[in-house]
Amino acid sequence: MQTKLQRSAVASCLLTVVAVLGCLLATSTRSEAIPAFARKYGLPCSACHEAWPKLNSFGQNFKDNGYQLMNERDSPIWLNPSYWPAAMRITPHWHYESAGRQPVDAVPGDPTSGSIEKTINTSGFDLTGIDILTAGTLAKNISFLLVPSIDPGDGTVGFESANVRLDNIKGSTWFNVKFGKAELDLPLSEKRMMTFSNVGGAYQLYHFMPVGEPFDESFFSFGENQVGVELMGHSLDDHTRYAFSFMSSTNGELGLSQGRTYDYYLHLSQGFMAGKLGLQRIGIFGLSGFRPTFFQTNGGDPLPGTGQGNRSFYRAGVYGSLYIGKFDLTAVYQRSQDNVFIANGVGANLGGGALPVGAQGPEWNTGTFEAHYTYSPRLFFIGRYELVRMARQVLATDPSDLGDTDVFTIGYRYYPFMHSRAGFAWHQEFATLRSRKTSPVNGLDQRTSSYFMGFDFAF
Amino acid sequence: MRIAHNAIFLCGMVLSLGMTMATAQNAGTSSGYPTPKGDFTPAEQRGHGLYLRYCFECHGVAGDGEGDTAPFIDPKPRNFTLAVFKCRSTPTGTLPLDKDLEDTIERGIVHSNMPSWRPLRQEDRADLVAYIKTFSARWKTEKPGEPIKIPAEPAVTADRIKDGQAVFKRVECWKCHGVEGRANGPSADTLTDDQGRPIKPFNFHDSDRFKCGSTDQDMYRDFMTGLDGTPMPSFADNIKPDEAWDLVFYLRTLQPPASVNKKEKEIAKQLGLKPINPNAPAQSDSNQQQNNQPQSK
Repeated sequence: MQTKLQRSAVASCLLTVVAVLGCLLATSTRSEAIPAFARKYGLPCSACHEAWPKLNSFGQNFKDNGYQLMNERDSPIWLNPSYWPAAMRITPHWHYESAGRQPVDAVPGDPTSGSIEKTINTSGFDLTGIDILTAGTLAKNISFLLVPSIDPGDGTVGFESANVRLDNIKGSTWFNVKFGKAELDLPLSEKRMMTFSNVGGAYQLYHFMPVGEPFDESFFSFGENQVGVELMGHSLDDHTRYAFSFMSSTNGELGLSQGRTYDYYLHLSQGFMAGKLGLQRIGIFGLSGFRPTFFQTNGGDPLPGTGQGNRSFYRAGVYGSLYIGKFDLTAVYQRSQDNVFIANGVGANLGGGALPVGAQGPEWNTGTFEAHYTYSPRLFFIGRYELVRMARQVLATDPSDLGDTDVFTIGYRYYPFMHSRAGFAWHQEFATLRSRKTSPVNGLDQRTSSYFMGFDFAF
Repeated sequence: MRIAHNAIFLCGMVLSLGMTMATAQNAGTSSGYPTPKGDFTPAEQRGHGLYLRYCFECHGVAGDGEGDTAPFIDPKPRNFTLAVFKCRSTPTGTLPLDKDLEDTIERGIVHSNMPSWRPLRQEDRADLVAYIKTFSARWKTEKPGEPIKIPAEPAVTADRIKDGQAVFKRVECWKCHGVEGRANGPSADTLTDDQGRPIKPFNFHDSDRFKCGSTDQDMYRDFMTGLDGTPMPSFADNIKPDEAWDLVFYLRTLQPPASVNKKEKEIAKQLGLKPINPNAPAQSDSNQQQNNQPQSK
């Protein structure tokens, strides 16, 4: 009975994570395809993007140079005074969601009637969040990115990104410092993700949490923008790149609501030309951080900023990006681990005796395979398979494959026109996720699916 | 029921994908892009696709420099139908080598909207050049010129810099570039390119790079080949190779301090080098350098 209750609780946690991810996707996870740059330089979207928002090597080089083409025309003093470095992006869409084996009351409205499992389907028209993208240079070699994001539901505004970057310090491309809230230099950018649906619109690589971990938005999600400072460098041709980030342990939340610790992230990669195949890239990345396990309290309520009993977690991985003409495939392997106190939501001040029987620090492996086929700058196909396999559960008593996840996503984007003023894409996508033994009532596998069709535009 | 829904959506995606592919396949007519010609070589065909990805917005679908962005750009994008190019290793009036065009694509052109396309593969740049050459019949009827010879660069000396300044005055570089090289000579505001559009001379104080490169050899080559299509002529018939090197060294003294002109700047400082006086006799200009340290060439 206890096991069943535990399972029910942890499955609810997992579902909460999925639901929150859905909310995140509906508001502000996508952002960076910036027509303001196209207007500034008079280049079509396709110059910097394989298909926007995914960058090509030229666009990556442009970004790494601090949104500069390095043609002596980057400073705003060269621009028409009426130029305003701003763009907006939103995606009206229709989507269908199917969530399998959800617990519902046997008799609607009667909580005493017992729980049964049911597949819940829903569909309808919707909006993503509105991203206001402002970016460019303040002066030669000083660039900025500011992205206020408006929630379409309640109209609240959040700051997806807000950073300034000192570029090419001492004239060297190897020294660039970014300060503020920004996306980490990730192997697969979630801010430039090519899939939007509730299921396929977030990487398990960055968001997966083991069943049983108490979900808290302040915990770590790789894909979310972080607040801190980044030292980044690259060779002239961008083949060799490094990035080191040092950020507050707040998962990008503002207001210092956690403790006083910092997270560290390092990413090294090397690209090389493979004849006519194009640019290939291999890299390694790793992040280590701390999270408080308890807070000072007043009347039992935790006081923000007083987090203590910090315990560690890490994410580390290797990846390779293979280009064969119009086809590209990125494969990422990541190993993750959370401390036992973090994973079980137990304050370290209470000691190991307070941990549940069988409590342990969970470990898991994630594999991501993302493939694209760029038929032309105007038609782009996406396919992705992600798998998560638990190596060690939060509780030793849990089945070894509890929460193992497989996600399959396919889709494509069609861009009817391509010029330097605005972007428009017809987007279709289908994604399906299976998580093992997470149904709350029967402990069976759960499947969640999304279909998304929308018109993505930026101007 | 769930399976039925999924099947319906997948079928819908496949069907609409078919329609989209059909539309994209036919993009040649629906988008205004020219349909690739049947007699294109593989390189030209690949270059066509790259051109439509990277170049058409400025240079135009027809390569005439009249892309959608062209009205807002200064200087204007190159008109490939004329097959006249600024940056060449070949004599004035002749076609450039493929490598000259590939180098321009790789390097970009400073003080213009043409960025460096270094991140592209070398093969891509070669394919782009192959396609650009299809815009003009000149490439079918003429051969590129013979590259000019660039003699070994001599050592920079005070005498060479002073002599370079004399050449600067004698061949009247100052009329366009100004006595201090600030692009404010008496003719600067009247200059037009071959198509009658206003054009500004190069301001040497703006950058340690030039339109056609950043090395001393690149500057030497500019003197000897000229920048076709602009008022910058070839001086191949007016100055000797040795004088061209002197001019290179003198112009380096006008540029912002950088590693490439450190020695020239130091010598100019020791000489107390002052801007030329166009109205003074040639001898008086050289006499005005009070602190010169005699050195032989």
